[in-house]
Amino acid sequence: MLEIKDLHASVEGKEILRGINLSVKAGEVHAIMGPNGSGKSTLASVLAGNAKFTVTGGEVLFEGENLLDKPIEERARKGLFLGFQYPVEIPGVTMANFMKVAVNERRKAQGEEPLSAAEFLKLMREKSKIVELDAKLTSRAVNEGFSGGEKKKNEIFQMAMLEPKLAILDETDSGLDIDALRIVATGVTRLHTEQNATVVITHYQRLLDYIVPDYVHVLYHGRIIYSGDKSLALKLEKEGYDWLINDYKE
Amino acid sequence: MCESVRKKFVLSHFFCIFVRLLCRNIAIGYWAQRRVTRFMNNDNQNIIDKLEKSDYKYGFTSDIDTEYIPKGLNEDVIRLISAKKCEPEWLLELRLKAYRHWLKMKHPTWGHLDIPQIDFQDIIYYAAPKRKTLSSMDEVDPELKRTFDKLGIPLEEQMALAGVAVDAVLDSSSVKTTFRETLAEKGIIFCSMSEAVRDYPELVRKYLGSVVPYADNFYAALNTAVFSDGSFCYIPKGVRCPMELSTYFRINASGTGQFERTLIVADEGAYVSYLEGCTAPQRDENQLHAAVVEIVVERDADVKYSTVQNWYPGDKQGKGGIYNFVTKRGLCRENAHLSWTQVETGSAITWKYPSCVLAGDNSVGEFYSVAMTNNFQQADTGTKMIHIGRNTRSRIVSKGISAGQSQNSYRGLVRIAAKADGARNYSQCDSLLIGDKCGAHTFPTIDSHNSSAQLEHEATTSKISEEQLFYCNQRGISTEDAVGIIVGGYAREVLAKLPMEFAVEAQKLLAISLENSVG
Repeated sequence: MLEIKDLHASVEGKEILRGINLSVKAGEVHAIMGPNGSGKSTLASVLAGNAKFTVTGGEVLFEGENLLDKPIEERARKGLFLGFQYPVEIPGVTMANFMKVAVNERRKAQGEEPLSAAEFLKLMREKSKIVELDAKLTSRAVNEGFSGGEKKKNEIFQMAMLEPKLAILDETDSGLDIDALRIVATGVTRLHTEQNATVVITHYQRLLDYIVPDYVHVLYHGRIIYSGDKSLALKLEKEGYDWLINDYKE
Repeated sequence: MCESVRKKFVLSHFFCIFVRLLCRNIAIGYWAQRRVTRFMNNDNQNIIDKLEKSDYKYGFTSDIDTEYIPKGLNEDVIRLISAKKCEPEWLLELRLKAYRHWLKMKHPTWGHLDIPQIDFQDIIYYAAPKRKTLSSMDEVDPELKRTFDKLGIPLEEQMALAGVAVDAVLDSSSVKTTFRETLAEKGIIFCSMSEAVRDYPELVRKYLGSVVPYADNFYAALNTAVFSDGSFCYIPKGVRCPMELSTYFRINASGTGQFERTLIVADEGAYVSYLEGCTAPQRDENQLHAAVVEIVVERDADVKYSTVQNWYPGDKQGKGGIYNFVTKRGLCRENAHLSWTQVETGSAITWKYPSCVLAGDNSVGEFYSVAMTNNFQQADTGTKMIHIGRNTRSRIVSKGISAGQSQNSYRGLVRIAAKADGARNYSQCDSLLIGDKCGAHTFPTIDSHNSSAQLEHEATTSKISEEQLFYCNQRGISTEDAVGIIVGGYAREVLAKLPMEFAVEAQKLLAISLENSVG
């Protein structure tokens, strides 16, 4: 589904990604871990198409097509979803309004008719249950006045609405209390199927208790330096990164 | 206006208030704030560039047989206008008095506007379509009908639309008034100003100029001297107008200034919701528009006045466009309620301050505004809330949106008179900036002479951020749609105040103003 080959990217002339190679297939869950500043969030942003970053080399194929030459919205319509670490507030724009445009753009890209208002509201009610957000969500402005936990739940709610092929969740667990973490993680797991794939970026093993990864990768200094199965996350939790990164320190 | 001149204005403005403070020993805190924001970072050059490509959709000219009088302004022209309209002697006298006063007045310079020299002798002061007094839709000029079709507001549809009566003003003379019979049953008068002068001279004489006297300001004087037509509306005591009243103004004849005069009177306990909307065809030369709207809200009456203004704003280089100098004011008696809602997207220059004089005890004034400027447009708009009666309340919500190289100013005055015990005001002035070449300015003034007054003022400046656009894009929403959605959300509080039919049109206009802006 996703093929990343020797991806290089920089911000303001500073190289952050220095040759990423990663392959994600349908039905898989990948976890990307690593110390602060290793390039995890940059990787997510570059895949989504954030113009802040410049791709300086390499290639990314999504469903066999070149991803990097497509504008942000087209990547999204093709089924790439980014769960934001810091979701943005859009004052005055209701969730219903916002999601209606988003969902219908996704449907249009898939050759489907737009949803009627009634169908749409029904869908919203259904999906908001997955992350235990209450029905008032529809009339609230996008992330405005949301608590930290609600913002993250709202990201997963949007993921549920858009049914992406590939979801990249950037530190979706950060700042969540134990209950919210369970709700968010369970939500992600429920949305996982054999047809889609999930890449979770996280600092903590605890998220992976709920979202069990097939692969765990360690990103350091712009490269994936180590990959393993879910037991790697446990080992990192116990021992830290030092045993891995000593060889790569500059 | 250059920077130094603006500073001078502000300084002199502050000085005057300072002197007043000293003289009158004001008890409650005076509060004034001036905020000039220039947007300095390189936020999304793309959007700016594309915004500037946004075209005016309603730029076309319809070919209607028009009757002109010669260019220029003098007493003979005024007599000619008055004669053409078969006006009574008192009205001609009023016009001449206003004209003579106007001659002694100077063009206002206090606005934060760069106004080119206007040659008042190079303007045609009267033009009216030749065919008049039609009894059915069939008699309406087919060209006029097509014009409305192009605007997306066909008369037929308007008539069919439940609850909307239309007084269509094309150029200076009313062509067609609908639904009048329905209104007549309730004793409501809704007609052109010319007809009102002819059919209800006593009412017109009683109220005309009672809220905006001819000597009020430069453009009010000019308007009183040369007003060609407009709308008149009278709601009798205790009557609730059963439908929204709307007028579509449209400047059409080349080089013809429009001087509309609107008078709305809601008698004791009456209610009316009045809608005004404007679009104009594309023109090269600048066109002057100086309207006066007077509203009398008698005891216990309630008037809601809504405007969507989309006159030709000029091209991307700032050439052409309408100059819009408007005086709008309402007078509220005891327990009366007046609410102004405006969505301003058009005109090269907007100079407009819909105001409330809260004369009666317990009266309430409201002002809700969205003003959008793009390219080289300039807007200096706001409101005045004059609290005279006891326990009077007012509320101001102003939302400015600046894009391109436009300048957008909020100017407001909240005055609490010495006898206005228990007066309250809440003001909120927000500015939204798109791009790094536009300016947003606020000039709020509070002038309180009563220590029991409660005044609140909030102000924010925001921009459409890269992060917001990225967030929308990542959800599959194009940048153009995203800008529309974000602006719609920003303006929601004001748009929600518009009657349903108008809210839809207003949203369309905001979107049109930003259309082709990105993507």
